Amino acid sequence: MSDTQDPYENLKITTGVVAEPNTSRANKTGSWREFKPVIDTDACIGCGQCDTYCPDQAAKPVEGEDFYGFDLDYCKGCGICAEVCPTDAIEMVREVK
Amino acid sequence: MSSDLQDQDYTDELEHGEELWNAGHRACAGCGPALAMKYITEAAGENTIVTNATGCMEVVSTPYPESSWGTSYIHNIFENAASVAAGVEAAYKSFDRRDPEHLDVQDSDDLNIIAIGGDGATADIGFRALSGMLERGHDVLYIMYDNEAYMNTGVQRSSQTPFGASTTTSPAGKESIGNDTNKKDMASIVADHGAPYVATASISSPHDFKQKVEKALEIDGPKFIHVYAPCPVGWGFDSAKTIDLAEKAVKTGLFPVFEMEDGEITSVNKIRDREPIEEWLEHQGRFKHLFKDEEQGEVGIEELQEWIDNRAEDLGLDA
Repeated sequence: MSDTQDPYENLKITTGVVAEPNTSRANKTGSWREFKPVIDTDACIGCGQCDTYCPDQAAKPVEGEDFYGFDLDYCKGCGICAEVCPTDAIEMVREVK
Repeated sequence: MSSDLQDQDYTDELEHGEELWNAGHRACAGCGPALAMKYITEAAGENTIVTNATGCMEVVSTPYPESSWGTSYIHNIFENAASVAAGVEAAYKSFDRRDPEHLDVQDSDDLNIIAIGGDGATADIGFRALSGMLERGHDVLYIMYDNEAYMNTGVQRSSQTPFGASTTTSPAGKESIGNDTNKKDMASIVADHGAPYVATASISSPHDFKQKVEKALEIDGPKFIHVYAPCPVGWGFDSAKTIDLAEKAVKTGLFPVFEMEDGEITSVNKIRDREPIEEWLEHQGRFKHLFKDEEQGEVGIEELQEWIDNRAEDLGLDA
């Protein structure tokens, strides 16, 4: 999401602080992850359950494909997607850093 | 583990939609309330003003200078999300009447005003403000996300904490079963104020929850939705099980899903073969004492089950 403005640029604190909308994208929560989801692209039926139940907007359709992928900038590795996937196409593997 | 699994990365090839609840929020992994916020924004759309009481969802979404919200958003102190929403609504009505051309939103009817608070901020601390907002009849939708304790401050019990749960202010021990009260029936209390629409929903059924938000926003006057949102950290369960536990709370009847219109129950999500409450309790750290000490556990589980059975009977929950 490169079009998001950087909220930390020219940072000033005014009375009655106002933050620009949609700016939490500056905070890459992917660094929290201990396990990461990987998708079996053949088993994925593109139903979007992972997207529906992802609290972090990190499971999205892959452009031009009929399967879903994960935004590793934000995925916290909770494992909900693997749990709700009806075809068990998602596996949580230990994150190697 | 093969290395190609480790290397899989579609981060730069994903199709993101117009999201009004943005990634980068600091909610814990597997957060139930964060999902509730996502569904609320999806159902309400951009033309929405959110007033949010202090609590987890405020803390995680708006550390200055960041905001996870794509809607207008006001953070207010713990007890007065309802009062601030009422003030916003009154101001809009007044501006609309005096100078309709002045507003970006030409008609205050097109605007959604949503107050959001946790169970502590709503059923305990903000209860007076909520009651006032309901009684004065403001055109506001109040959504209470229920994670069954004060999670942001460190799992203190609230009036929505279920019977038998061990929290930091109701610790289980030799002489204590944990929390010794049942969940306060917020839906009935709000309905008794004369609110035209009251509903309960669970994050395990997002479609149902979003439909209820949309329906509520169409209705004039004060509306209330009680949405059930498990907390992996406060309840002590694996973060992958958030949806599963929300669903089990519905299936065991601990959290009945229903709608009330003008004070009458108009629909109940009936349950076939209601599961015993143990099915839900046994997955959570806050209830583990009920399974360790047989005698104490049996008494506790029996009491909770009896409360659930009585409510199920009142609501006609069993199919």
